[in-house]
Amino acid sequence: MTLTEFVIATIIKILVVLGLFSALAGFGTYLERKVLAFMQRRLGPMHVGPYGLLQVLADGIKLFTKEDIVPQNSVKPIFMIAPVIGAATAFIALAAVPLFPEFEIFGITIHPIIADINVGVLFVLGVMASGLFAPLLAGMASANKWGLLGAARTAIQLLSYEVVTGLSILAPLMLVGSLSLIDINNYQSGGFTDWIVWTQPVAFVLFLIAGFAETNRTPFDLLEHEAEIVSGYATEYSGMRWGMFFIGEYANMITIAFLASLIFLGGFNDWGFIPGGLAIVLKVSFLFFFFLWTRAAWPHVRPDQLMWLCWKVLMPVAVINVVVTGIVLMM
Amino acid sequence: MFEAIAFYLFSAITIAMFAITVLSKNALYSMSALAAGMVMISGFFFLLDADFLGVVQIIVYTGAVMALYAFGMMFFDTTRDVKEEIRAPKLVFLLSGLSALLLVIALVAPIVSDHITALYPMTEGVENPQAVGIVLFTKYLVPFEVAAVMLLVAMIAGIVLAGKKMDESLTLKVEEEFQEKGAK
Repeated sequence: MTLTEFVIATIIKILVVLGLFSALAGFGTYLERKVLAFMQRRLGPMHVGPYGLLQVLADGIKLFTKEDIVPQNSVKPIFMIAPVIGAATAFIALAAVPLFPEFEIFGITIHPIIADINVGVLFVLGVMASGLFAPLLAGMASANKWGLLGAARTAIQLLSYEVVTGLSILAPLMLVGSLSLIDINNYQSGGFTDWIVWTQPVAFVLFLIAGFAETNRTPFDLLEHEAEIVSGYATEYSGMRWGMFFIGEYANMITIAFLASLIFLGGFNDWGFIPGGLAIVLKVSFLFFFFLWTRAAWPHVRPDQLMWLCWKVLMPVAVINVVVTGIVLMM
Repeated sequence: MFEAIAFYLFSAITIAMFAITVLSKNALYSMSALAAGMVMISGFFFLLDADFLGVVQIIVYTGAVMALYAFGMMFFDTTRDVKEEIRAPKLVFLLSGLSALLLVIALVAPIVSDHITALYPMTEGVENPQAVGIVLFTKYLVPFEVAAVMLLVAMIAGIVLAGKKMDESLTLKVEEEFQEKGAK
């Protein structure tokens, strides 16, 4: 492949991923409302379009046409840049995720990954973690006490869960011996019984819990919990700037679902008679549903409970898991 | 060509960001510019094919700068300018300028005289993380272990300093006090 072809292919991939995942993030809000409504025996959005399907579009028009309010006493440049960080890091993280198996179209083999770097897992997790600068900066810049509380909670949330994420994926990485997501996927190519979740169930549970904290989903939605701190870091935001935080949040949920399927659930290998491309879509959809299911089923926790959980329960469990994996590998 | 463009872009942004860090009077600007500069530095590692170090740069400094933000939040009103009281501005300027100049000379001297060679060049077919691991666990094993012991010492000291009354829950204590007041 020549340089020009490479550049053109990469630009097309970037555009496809951007378009597809912003659309999916919007559609995710509709799914969330429908699933929550189903679990709480309500109807959810019903009026706009068939089964409320056009609700996403209506919400989009509403967000785009709202007045963009920047409070007088805020630190204006940072207040305006914060939501962009949230959305941008969510999409940058997707750059190193192999979304589907290789396929051929018009005789050209396409690798559905934008940048195949050999430290993919670390890159995705690192960039997603730096995405938490968005709520932090938003809360600190908006000169609002609820915003400041939301920012403080962001800091403790990042410092709590990041250790657990790192330590929990360390054990599967020791089994595979590579940080590349494609290598991890190929390690599980032997079928259903080769999935890492069977050898590393503890790591899987820890990773999911840390993933909930990373995307500020219930039960760890401390940053914007309405009943306690109005809307947390997003209190002063309106219109599309507010919307960008949530595009970022839903894109992050999809990224975490992709990571969990790639590392633990066999990735995009063929699953029995199901071809690989469909298999990973099924796994990601289930994990996305699992996020919403948890939101419907669990109350949220207090900040001190989150810190207690991460530092006193999950981190020791993760360390023990790493040590046991090491001993087993040595023997 | 792309590498040259990327290099100059990253250098310009990095220098601008760190200039804001030093020159701004607003703590929030300084810290945000610091975080942005640290992330931009990882771009140089990626350009040099040191993917692992680049990602480590992002991960480490995200956490570290986040801790700085926490301190900033506790000590300042970050939306206002910090009023600095400098008694002898000329002396401060002279001393900091001189030390910066010394640092630049110390770092540039080996480049100017062409005495830089890779002591442990990359072996063919070894990936980034493996290469870092090999050097860490052979040549630099002693400094690596000493650093680990020092971190352990720091952690124990931190726990001892912060660990007074760790067996009492502050949240539950507040609730008890409320109940006692309610009973009266």
